[in-house]
Amino acid sequence: MMKTLKNFLLNPLALLFAAGAVPAFAADTELQLVIKNHQFQPTEIKAPAAQKLRILVHNQDSTPEEFESHSLKREKIIPGGAKATILVGPLKPGRYEFFGEFNPATAKGTLVIE
Amino acid sequence: MFASALIVFRETLEAALFIGIVAAATRDLAGRTRWIVAGVAAGLLGSLLLAASMEQLTTLADGAGQDVLNALVLAMALAMLAWHCIWISTHAREMVQQARNVGSQAQHQGQALWAIAIAVGVCVLREGAETVLFIGGIAASAQSGWQALLAGAGVGLLTGLGMGLLIYLGLTRIKVQYVFAVSNAFLLLLAGSLASQLAKVLTQADWVGVGSEALWDTSTTLPQDSPPGMLLHALVGYDASPSGLQLGFYLLAIGFIWLASRWVQAGLSPQGRPVLRSP
Repeated sequence: MMKTLKNFLLNPLALLFAAGAVPAFAADTELQLVIKNHQFQPTEIKAPAAQKLRILVHNQDSTPEEFESHSLKREKIIPGGAKATILVGPLKPGRYEFFGEFNPATAKGTLVIE
Repeated sequence: MFASALIVFRETLEAALFIGIVAAATRDLAGRTRWIVAGVAAGLLGSLLLAASMEQLTTLADGAGQDVLNALVLAMALAMLAWHCIWISTHAREMVQQARNVGSQAQHQGQALWAIAIAVGVCVLREGAETVLFIGGIAASAQSGWQALLAGAGVGLLTGLGMGLLIYLGLTRIKVQYVFAVSNAFLLLLAGSLASQLAKVLTQADWVGVGSEALWDTSTTLPQDSPPGMLLHALVGYDASPSGLQLGFYLLAIGFIWLASRWVQAGLSPQGRPVLRSP
């Protein structure tokens, strides 16, 4: 019953998206980052300008890390093995550096906005 | 080793300066040491609990759990500090008169320090949990050279605490007739700093969408993570590239506390007591 209702509600929406009738801003751009051996992978991520971004960071190390960026003005602790979401943007084109505060020598990365 | 010292120093510095300034501003109030120690102890205990539950916290509120907690902690510290600043302005005159001789007012003055205890507690909690996680991470990783990293963390901790002690000693050497004015000015700037950090958290969690653009950028002249930058950040809320919202919150907090203190003082009799309370 609930499933039918959900399909009924979602299908017309899906059609609208497919037809391009609803602008794409409804969905944020999602970016993936992994922390492994105190390093970001990949070290450079790209995203379009003037959009809200969700950066999903998966810390695959057993130790905690803190995602930090002065230019993005973000800081968030990511416990060992955990995932965290960092919301940024809309941003102007440019290079935004970020780093892992607990391992600043190795954990470095850049968000490139084009 | 230097890197780990710097990280722990940064976390410790902010809390240590906060405690040093608050301790100097309240030095003639009865029972202030007990209140501050209680605040620090509660904050340290809270740090351990928070560090242990960071994983659960991170997933709460659709991933904004840390931001919710940070916003609450900052708002609480700001409210308590504001309340204390306004309250103390009603007592400044009598406190100067009877400096070092509290006597009959002891009971009455002791009552207001719960606000200071809470402010100190949440400040220690905020910086403490991060430090606990960092040190815990070093200890657990067992990577080569962890002893040096741990020693560095110890050096950072002690240096941070030393800075707190230094500002306390500096402030308490000021002549008694100026000490309240000076330490209250420092408290005002701390309040501004908390407000600016609160604005940053509100932007980070995407609860407030306005004023997120940086107004200026001095990160090449005075990087925020350089030692002088850290010191200024902890003392007056220095931010190398503040957003409009941060600056607005900073000025609003200082302006509000200052005006409210003046307004409360205006209702005082020449004896320096609230009119309502005089016999």
